[in-house]
Amino acid sequence: MSTLFERFLDPTNRADPYSLFAELRRQPVCPQADGTYVVGTHAEIDRLMHDPRISSDDLPDPQHFRWTGRPITDLIIRPVRAEIRKRHRPFIFRDPPDHDALRSRVMRALSVERVRGMRATTERLTGELIDKLSGQTRIDLVAAVSYPLPVTVICHLLGVPPEDEARFHGWATQLATALEPNQRGDEETQAKNEETFGEIADYIQDLVKAKRREPQDDILSDLAAGDESQRMNDYDLIATAVLLLVAGHETTVNLITNGVLTLLRFPEQLERLRREPEIAPRLIEELLRYEPPVQYRTRLALADIPIAGTTIPEGAPVVLLIASGNRDPARFTDPDRFDPDRRDNRHLGFGGGLHYCVGAPLARIEAEIALVALSRRLREPRLLADPPPYRQGASLRGPSALPLAIGGVEQS
Amino acid sequence: MRVVVDLNRCQAYAQCVYAAPRHFALHGREALVYDTAPDDADRAEIERAALACPVRAITACADDLAALDEAGR
Amino acid sequence: MSEAPGRVVIVGASLAGLSAAKALRTEGFSGSLVLAGDEPHLPYDRPPLSKQALRGLTSADTTLPQPADLDLEFRLGVPATGLDRAERTVILADGSRLAFDRCLVATGARARPWPNSAEAALDGVFTLRTRDDAERIAARLRDRPGRVVLVGGGFISFEVASVCREMDIPVTVLVRDSLPLAGAVGAPLGSFVAEVARGAGVDLRLDAAIARMQGDARGRLAGLVLEDGDRIETACLVVAIGAERNTAWLDGAGLATDRNGLRCDRFCRALGADGTPADGIFAAGDVAHWPNPHDGGALVAVEHWGNAVAQARTAARNMLAGDAAALVPHDHLPDFWSQQFGLTIKLVGLAAGSDAFAVVRGSMEERRFLAVFGKAGRTVASASVDSARWLPAYRAAILEGAPFPPLPGGVDAPARVAMQSLEEPTR
Repeated sequence: MSTLFERFLDPTNRADPYSLFAELRRQPVCPQADGTYVVGTHAEIDRLMHDPRISSDDLPDPQHFRWTGRPITDLIIRPVRAEIRKRHRPFIFRDPPDHDALRSRVMRALSVERVRGMRATTERLTGELIDKLSGQTRIDLVAAVSYPLPVTVICHLLGVPPEDEARFHGWATQLATALEPNQRGDEETQAKNEETFGEIADYIQDLVKAKRREPQDDILSDLAAGDESQRMNDYDLIATAVLLLVAGHETTVNLITNGVLTLLRFPEQLERLRREPEIAPRLIEELLRYEPPVQYRTRLALADIPIAGTTIPEGAPVVLLIASGNRDPARFTDPDRFDPDRRDNRHLGFGGGLHYCVGAPLARIEAEIALVALSRRLREPRLLADPPPYRQGASLRGPSALPLAIGGVEQS
Repeated sequence: MRVVVDLNRCQAYAQCVYAAPRHFALHGREALVYDTAPDDADRAEIERAALACPVRAITACADDLAALDEAGR
Repeated sequence: MSEAPGRVVIVGASLAGLSAAKALRTEGFSGSLVLAGDEPHLPYDRPPLSKQALRGLTSADTTLPQPADLDLEFRLGVPATGLDRAERTVILADGSRLAFDRCLVATGARARPWPNSAEAALDGVFTLRTRDDAERIAARLRDRPGRVVLVGGGFISFEVASVCREMDIPVTVLVRDSLPLAGAVGAPLGSFVAEVARGAGVDLRLDAAIARMQGDARGRLAGLVLEDGDRIETACLVVAIGAERNTAWLDGAGLATDRNGLRCDRFCRALGADGTPADGIFAAGDVAHWPNPHDGGALVAVEHWGNAVAQARTAARNMLAGDAAALVPHDHLPDFWSQQFGLTIKLVGLAAGSDAFAVVRGSMEERRFLAVFGKAGRTVASASVDSARWLPAYRAAILEGAPFPPLPGGVDAPARVAMQSLEEPTR
């Protein structure tokens, strides 16, 4: 008999994980058979996100792989790759003080001016993507808009040449498995991740060299600038660039897709957004609560932590189940209702504490522009499959495709 | 408009700064400086800032007293 | 007091008063609601007055947001002069009388004036409490005085000194004790603030007291002489030596008032001189003197923003409570913040009276740390300097009465937590 959390991870429950949460929340901090502690209540998640005994440095050590019989692979390539990967831990897998130093550099590069400066570009890109749908009656929203928009935006911000974007799709999908505890410990996945990381790291390394020779107005140039005593070392630089790329590929995509899916399930809200685009900011906050693109994050207990009648023992993996906390009736009135007018919507959609999502302001801008434009321009949109097919991941959860029938496209 | 921020709650997430940079600024790592009386014309920006605050520390009302109170504890 | 109130009068039109009004409406009170205040302004916020507003970064108009549907009747610019308990009436200075079923006393405190009234009357001698005070001082700072002198070793002094340094105005802070802030936040944090201020160019004089101020022929402040004989030339001096609670208007009302404020019980009910709750009268904010459940019920008056809001809400609920079983206790854990010299200092709990101190995250050297205060082996307070995201965990530890120091281990901890004992407070 599988545990509730195993059922949550099971792809057959991907379309509706929410019905499992009420049972899971019965015990705010739930020990699992494998020693993991799953936390599903808002107060406890929020508390642990601010607890200094909780570490984000929880990537598993590289495994000792089975002998493949190829000595160069077994004795050199794999161990070296594993070691290199370990040195490339991005700041979401690190603790203070080095987390703080890395993060503050990224925040400086992801400046208010730079992020707000992306509004115009995002509007133009969104317009162009929707223009391309003209004359079509059946579309996949993910392929047409949700995926290309954030990917183009993050590549533009980082300074990745547009012609290279296609190469990242596979890399990003593979590396996102680092967030899934049931996959990342797996030998085959680890081997694949190390290989993928090697490829993407080589690519970024070359890009960084180019940025140093000829700096541009982009994040990578900013991070790579300065002499060796001031700037990030190359491991951190590559790890940071990969993190921003992967996050840019795997999260906002889901926010936009979940947004359209939810609006089509609640057509009165779609109609309202079309007539009153000024409600978009509150609608997006509610979306971040109701269908958070990141459903859970993992942590490690560095000490015994007594909480809500349970003691999480030192060394235990901890799962902070954001998606469940966001539906906690102890925190939200009528939590399973999608209500953009909800007051006091203190959701956990972007996390909280030291690791609050660095890209949150950018995600809000992209989601707002995309949802407003789609609500205005898609004529008579209709879901062709409900639920739609979902991607593999339980942490970065979202539809792999969103097939829609449309009656055409309004001029922009 | 009228704005007040509960700085006991504020944890310097800077989301308001991104949403309304002419009305919110961080001085140093955590010191939030904000405009207590922004122009009514900037209402959309101020509302975005209040909504984006992860700890809901910002309360704002339009001067015409139409409620924009998002802090609701 | 089981009948539903029809008329509520709130005396004091500041943060606590307005917060109570909002809470009353949120709780469903639909009767008449009067908010009376001695200042002519709508309720305004004070914390920015000693910070960004003083520097002119933002408007000194800090009028608090008011939801549209409050349906409040304001009586502004008229101080209350009396409270008639038998008649259930508040008397205002213009002779008008406000009848009430419930009354909230939220008259707060005023800046303690300089004891020498002739010196206090000199042009250039200020106190900082009200919006008008802030506008007067801000105007003087815009004229770039040769030197500003702050008298007093509290947070207001250091916040104003910080503003002066940001404006590149020379500034002297005079502190009577051998360390600033030691009574409120203990010697180690007091030393830290002193060092930060000195590093920013503040002329900080400890164990310093004014022997006399000197005026010119036109009654303007020209300078002052310290007790040790030193003379400081200045035309701008801010007296920041604490506050006095506004209870004089309650003299003769038969309520339990003294220099600590208006005594109330844990349900915010004002107590009569006989020690029993006065029917229909409540208190909240700086003026209230109440039993703190986090300190064994020891009486405390808290002059902080967060307490004004929280206590006003509790008082509002209890004003509407049908019977004693529906009363809710005021169990707010005191908290406050200060911004100075680019740092944000936050405190939760009451550090006064603690006997131990330790830095448990970050370090003072980096000017980014979290410290805890212990009393008899328990954790009673926590201070954060630019580490606000750790504070909620420590707030929880304080509420649970965790052993000192709490939350051992974890990230960003010093290699060895150095515990310091704090001297007995002298007050």
